[in-house]
Amino acid sequence: NFELREVQRLEGHTDRVWNLAWKPATGVDGVPAVLASSSGDKTVRIWEQSPFTGSFECKAVLEDTHNRTVRSCAWSPSGKLLATASFDATTAIWEDAGGEYTCVSTLEGHENEVKSVSWNASGSLLATCGRDKSVWIWEVLPHNEFECVSVLQGHTQDVKMVQWHPSMDILFSCSYDNTIKVWAGDGDNDDWHCVQTLNESNSGDKMVSCSDDLTVKIWGSDIMRMQSGDGTAPWTHLCTLSGYHDRTIFSVHWSREGIISSGAADDAVRLFVESKDGLVDGPTYKLLLKKEKAHDMDVNSVQWSSMENRRLASASDDGTVKIWELCSSSGQKKA
Amino acid sequence: MVSGLINANPIVYEKKERRTRSTPADVDEYAVEAIDQLEIFEHIRDIKDPEHPYSLEELKVISEDAIEVDDKHSYVRVTFTPTVEHCSMATVIGLCLRVKLMRSLPPRYKVDIRVAPGTHATEAAVNKQLNDKERVAAALENPNLVDMVDECLAPSYE
Repeated sequence: NFELREVQRLEGHTDRVWNLAWKPATGVDGVPAVLASSSGDKTVRIWEQSPFTGSFECKAVLEDTHNRTVRSCAWSPSGKLLATASFDATTAIWEDAGGEYTCVSTLEGHENEVKSVSWNASGSLLATCGRDKSVWIWEVLPHNEFECVSVLQGHTQDVKMVQWHPSMDILFSCSYDNTIKVWAGDGDNDDWHCVQTLNESNSGDKMVSCSDDLTVKIWGSDIMRMQSGDGTAPWTHLCTLSGYHDRTIFSVHWSREGIISSGAADDAVRLFVESKDGLVDGPTYKLLLKKEKAHDMDVNSVQWSSMENRRLASASDDGTVKIWELCSSSGQKKA
Repeated sequence: MVSGLINANPIVYEKKERRTRSTPADVDEYAVEAIDQLEIFEHIRDIKDPEHPYSLEELKVISEDAIEVDDKHSYVRVTFTPTVEHCSMATVIGLCLRVKLMRSLPPRYKVDIRVAPGTHATEAAVNKQLNDKERVAAALENPNLVDMVDECLAPSYE
């Protein structure tokens, strides 16, 4: 018996909010929580939680750099740099100098819309992808220099999202061509290749993906084998969550305590947890709760805070960002 | 004859008579009026075809019957029929329909646009593109496409 309680509604963007990123190592040890949001209004907003009132305030507006939609944003693991990917074909790198953000580099190379950006675990590599069907891997050099080390071709349609594995240098890319590709390097990091293409027929150590086909899919791999060095343990399809969503699912995010959140075009946020009482082989998941009308319009992004286990942020076409807390129905935070 | 047009000689149909709504005398003029098929049709019937001086209604690309509305659940689906099976303008027509409805309907509305089953050679691809909001958002930041859409929509605002 849990409920998702709206803590705050953040207003300021003048167009739909596409994407969110919690800043690493904030919201813990007395460091105020910081959240970045990117929007169709061509800006990125930085929201910071006040240590006094506990409410989030807009601390900075990153503007005048992108001249089209900012589709996605991602913090470097140190939290020092923020990368923003835009439909204007560029990826901007912003440096945080004590709350003042300056654009220190602009990565050019994609032919047109850049749709997603992701840092690897160590912060030494950056990946971008876009409408030109390619995935680019950039090496982070000293003095805010970025060098493209590889352009990965293989997808036959737009590449919509890139995401690094949370601890290993394995990259995942999702495409309009209905596949997820897994990319790995050859050790010297400059020769990257596709080691696997995930689709229906391929039947952390788990990954979750979402789709316009109204399903959420869980994928698993042998983490021990991956860590042993060859990095090529295959991913297998573990289960599909269908029948829960009525319209396109835009975002899924797995919390550290194992709750999967989803944001969809039906304006709702849903939470799923592994069901332990399943008699079938392999994991099964059940709906923990569905928050109807979480927003007035489509929910484009859901992101769990990595520090506050029960804190979730959501971004919507209605131009707002919301902060949520998972509570037990009596009003207490989930224990 | 060689023609640069996708469909050089489209059949032009008569426009439907404009119906005026019958309003009962004792109606509460402040009551919320549900959005219905006719209202949606009124929004889109005069959209101009991208390559002909005719409206989508005159070319029977759209009809009132091919509009499904559920006002209670804020949902509308418009099914349109391209004039020829290989119509490369299908995505532009679909984009025009989506933009007009985006601008005319309350933001709570969910809109699906699709080509009528069996009326287009690449039906699935067209439908997928028309309902991919990331692609629609990107298209609407392309000045050439926006000009084209605005030109088609102009008569529908008159």
